[in-house]
Amino acid sequence: MSRADRAAADTAAADTAVADTAAAYTAAVDTPGQGGAARAPSPLWTLGLFRSELVVTLRRWRTLALLGVLAAVPVLVGIAVKIETRDGSGAGGGGGEGPAFISQVTNNGLFLVFTALAATLPFFLPMAIGVIAGDAIAGEANAGTLRYLLVAPAGRTRLLLAKYATTMAFCLLATLVVAASALAVGALLFPLGDLTTISGTRIGFAEGLGRALLIALVVAASLTGVAALGLFVSTLTGSGIAAMATTVGLLITVQILDQIPQLHAVQPYLFSHYWLSFADLMREPLYWDEVRKNLGLQALYAAVFGSAAWARFAAKDITS
Amino acid sequence: MAPYESDDSTAGADPRAGRRKASRYVVPVAVVGVAAATIGIVPALADSGDPDLPEISAQQLIEKIAASDVQQLSGTVKISTDLGLPDLGGLEKSLGSGFGGAGAGARSGSEGSAADPSAKMTELVTGSHTLRVATDGPDRQKVSLLEDAAEYSLIHNGKDIWGYDSRSNEVYHATADDRHPAGKDAELPATPRDFAEEALKSVDDTTSVTVDGTVHVAGRDAYKLLIKPRQSGTTVGAISIAVDAKTGMPLKFTLTPAGGGAAVVDAGFTKVGFGKPDASTFDFTPPKGAKVTEDEDMPGKDLPGKNLPGKDAPGEIPGKGDLGKGLDGLKVIGKGWNTVATFDTGGQGIPSGSEVGGDLGGFLDSLGDHVSGKFGSGTVFSTRLVNALVTDDGKVYVGTVDKDTLVRTADAG
Repeated sequence: MSRADRAAADTAAADTAVADTAAAYTAAVDTPGQGGAARAPSPLWTLGLFRSELVVTLRRWRTLALLGVLAAVPVLVGIAVKIETRDGSGAGGGGGEGPAFISQVTNNGLFLVFTALAATLPFFLPMAIGVIAGDAIAGEANAGTLRYLLVAPAGRTRLLLAKYATTMAFCLLATLVVAASALAVGALLFPLGDLTTISGTRIGFAEGLGRALLIALVVAASLTGVAALGLFVSTLTGSGIAAMATTVGLLITVQILDQIPQLHAVQPYLFSHYWLSFADLMREPLYWDEVRKNLGLQALYAAVFGSAAWARFAAKDITS
Repeated sequence: MAPYESDDSTAGADPRAGRRKASRYVVPVAVVGVAAATIGIVPALADSGDPDLPEISAQQLIEKIAASDVQQLSGTVKISTDLGLPDLGGLEKSLGSGFGGAGAGARSGSEGSAADPSAKMTELVTGSHTLRVATDGPDRQKVSLLEDAAEYSLIHNGKDIWGYDSRSNEVYHATADDRHPAGKDAELPATPRDFAEEALKSVDDTTSVTVDGTVHVAGRDAYKLLIKPRQSGTTVGAISIAVDAKTGMPLKFTLTPAGGGAAVVDAGFTKVGFGKPDASTFDFTPPKGAKVTEDEDMPGKDLPGKNLPGKDAPGEIPGKGDLGKGLDGLKVIGKGWNTVATFDTGGQGIPSGSEVGGDLGGFLDSLGDHVSGKFGSGTVFSTRLVNALVTDDGKVYVGTVDKDTLVRTADAG
């Protein structure tokens, strides 16, 4: 056994999650049977790294708590709408207040999916992503496990990619959790059936479900920019808490900047600017312009902050 | 045995390592640079050169517009209006409906539906909006105003006219043949064609009409028709209409003020197709739970779309004529572009700031300029296009003329 493996085993006593990581890495090193010294491991190897990262992330209590909070939002919205409309009046007082689509929820439970996504996208979802992404590198550094991760011949770029892929997988999972919870609550509390698009045309329930899935995917993709930003912040500091706080702080700052009319010249370049454009997918025919802008902007943020994270992390002195 | 990762940058003391570290940041910087270049250059490239089209005279072009018979169309229209109205936030809406015309005024008191077209479309008076239009013959039209996570659609299908506001889930319904014939009147004057038709009505000897080269609009080749007032004293600088070379359909309408600056009205297709729109586009059944308001329920209801800005002659954009329509004794003074409409409100007019005094007086004065002449004295309210003079004895003069011309006209009238 190498010193590194022994050291990893020692740390394991203190933090079981990290022990999983280290063990998974050791396993990953061993499985391809490369005798340890060989470099340039196969792509499957990276997949193994990603899988172990994902499993470790999902086993953490704080991850589960985050997902629990996200799943609770549609329940709250659904119950609130149900209580408010007991007397048969429409939600939102008919005045069009509240999150998007809320006035239609009472008529079709499927709209709760869209309402829940519109309600969680500005804050809850990106906050959860910020916690996971901010913790990705800085959390390991904070726990003193980052150097052991790098002791395994994973390579820094590969580790960073695995961390980013994990964060993206969490984006998708978090969005799907919100959507699934909203669909379940919507089906329990409200009628389902054919729905009217916001353009006034009718589509069948199956197509409505398809639209809901499409919207969930677009929402998940909308979060990749925050994920990259959080990962970059995470490489800057050795404190997990600092990285999470900075990411969430940046998120709030950007949201505020997006509300100031005098800044309209820069607003199209703020990552949150086109987030709510997913509602355009409920038009008939679909209106892609803004959605396309949103996805392009997210790709740009991912490229810029992903490469910045790489530049920082690949050259960083790992002292913990 | 797992070896130590021999990472190439762990030697922090090496000065070359520092440079290597810094050089990695070239990558994100390069990504930003490429992105910025793309954002800057691609639109410029896409805009490369105006199309080569055979020469055409202004007369021929106007005839082409008149002969244009586009029955089937679908597209996206972007419309921006900048009248230079003060941004009053919540007041904007009431101001907008004031401009929208007498219909709104007559209805005040009864609760309007959020899906009522004339109430809704006055929103177009300010700001930037995206509309989607679809037309299939004279009996089927649809105009949708895209909003944030909501949409307002006005659908004309045969006898029925439906307005659907998805934000409030309210429906407005009128039947085309009760009081007014079906047809174009139900259509909203939101497309460049509607603006262009109005603009061409005003062409007379006070106007110069020229063909001003060619242009690409929504991926189509178009001629540019330039309409300019020959008179001085009007606030209208120029009207430019891009006319599709193939179909003669106006694709873009721009009205620039004489004072320069951004266009007052800029309505143009960003996407257009002349294929038959999907039949389901025009189908509408009120969704479950929607509040449906029938046209008859609304007293004093005017024809939908009639009170909209721009439906009157371009000299009257936005809806100056509408403002006067509901009032008796509307008189028109002057000629061509310098036409000024005048009417007597019969009331006291707006008290000047000094009479009211205090903070409110200061506020009134800040809205308009105090002037006096043979007509007595009054206050001039200015926007970038329309100027209005309200005299202290309640007479109102409105026109798309500058302040001096307005005062002179009032003196003479």
